[in-house]
Amino acid sequence: MAILEILELPDPRLKEVADEVVDFNEELLAFIEDLEETRLSGPAAVGIAAPQVGRQQRIIIIDCSTTRKPVPNHGRLVLVNPEITEWDGFELGREGCLSVPDYTGNVIRAERIKLHACCPTGEPLEYEMEGYEARALQHEVDHLDGILFVDRLVSRRTDLFQRKVYQVCAKNPAAQGRDG
Amino acid sequence: MNWQMLTLVGKDRPGIVAQVTEALYQGGWTLGETSMIRLGGNFTIMMMVNGGQSEQALNLVIAPVADRLGLRFHQDPMQGGLHQHCVPNFQVRVNGADRAGIVAEVTGKLAESGFNILELNSDVVGSLEKPVYIMTIQGYAETTVETLEASLGRLESEQIDVHVSPIETLIG
Repeated sequence: MAILEILELPDPRLKEVADEVVDFNEELLAFIEDLEETRLSGPAAVGIAAPQVGRQQRIIIIDCSTTRKPVPNHGRLVLVNPEITEWDGFELGREGCLSVPDYTGNVIRAERIKLHACCPTGEPLEYEMEGYEARALQHEVDHLDGILFVDRLVSRRTDLFQRKVYQVCAKNPAAQGRDG
Repeated sequence: MNWQMLTLVGKDRPGIVAQVTEALYQGGWTLGETSMIRLGGNFTIMMMVNGGQSEQALNLVIAPVADRLGLRFHQDPMQGGLHQHCVPNFQVRVNGADRAGIVAEVTGKLAESGFNILELNSDVVGSLEKPVYIMTIQGYAETTVETLEASLGRLESEQIDVHVSPIETLIG
């Protein structure tokens, strides 16, 4: 077990697209333990992604079971090769990041998502998530695609113009920064 | 760090930020946190600037560009500096038929609850005949949603909708 160094903006490694995990082995399990220890060692992070510690592989951990006000959640999840397959709705929420210290800002995310992934030993998983947990998942999956929440910041006045936003991103709110 | 707060206001037009910041850059001044917004068709900006120089030196840099752009400006030496962000834990949304005193009433109640406003935006929308006031406030308070709602409760009976919600900032 070890606490790994968190990469911080503007480290270019945070902008890389991570590779799929192919080998589900002991080394992967050991890394996941270190990743979790690293997540827990910092300021109350609900998630962490492997690229944040410089490992360019599609591995994330989220745990939304400890929020101040309880939210729907699946407990602590270690997800390998996660892929979001459906997006629905949108909402504005405030985010920060272990890799962007001393800053928080508003980001639009899908309200509900469906995804599939593998567990650390390679078995397939499927989830439906909503609200805060869906937000956390999208934040971490973004890390796997080299996207930080600061790449998706919206104006402080955006929530007064929801109709316009809705037209732009009704189909897939999370994809707008990536495609646009 | 010797920060100064520089405020500029005037008729809006494209290129103001570019020309003001270019003048600051050429004059050896750097920017810290800034906030620009258009209010009633006017350009407004507040900027933390630092150049290790005197107030008079800043005035010499800004006066010509402000004059050229038809802007009024003001400068104040300031306490504090960067990296002093405070993360809000509550959001308050207010809307209702526009009338005098809404902001004073809402923020007065919030202040009584020890609520520190970190961001406030308000706008008058709707039609000329039926103007509607919309305000969003984000801030920090060591209290509960229920306490804030209770303190704001009386306003709701005066045809102002007030909605308080907690902000759970996601760190990932």
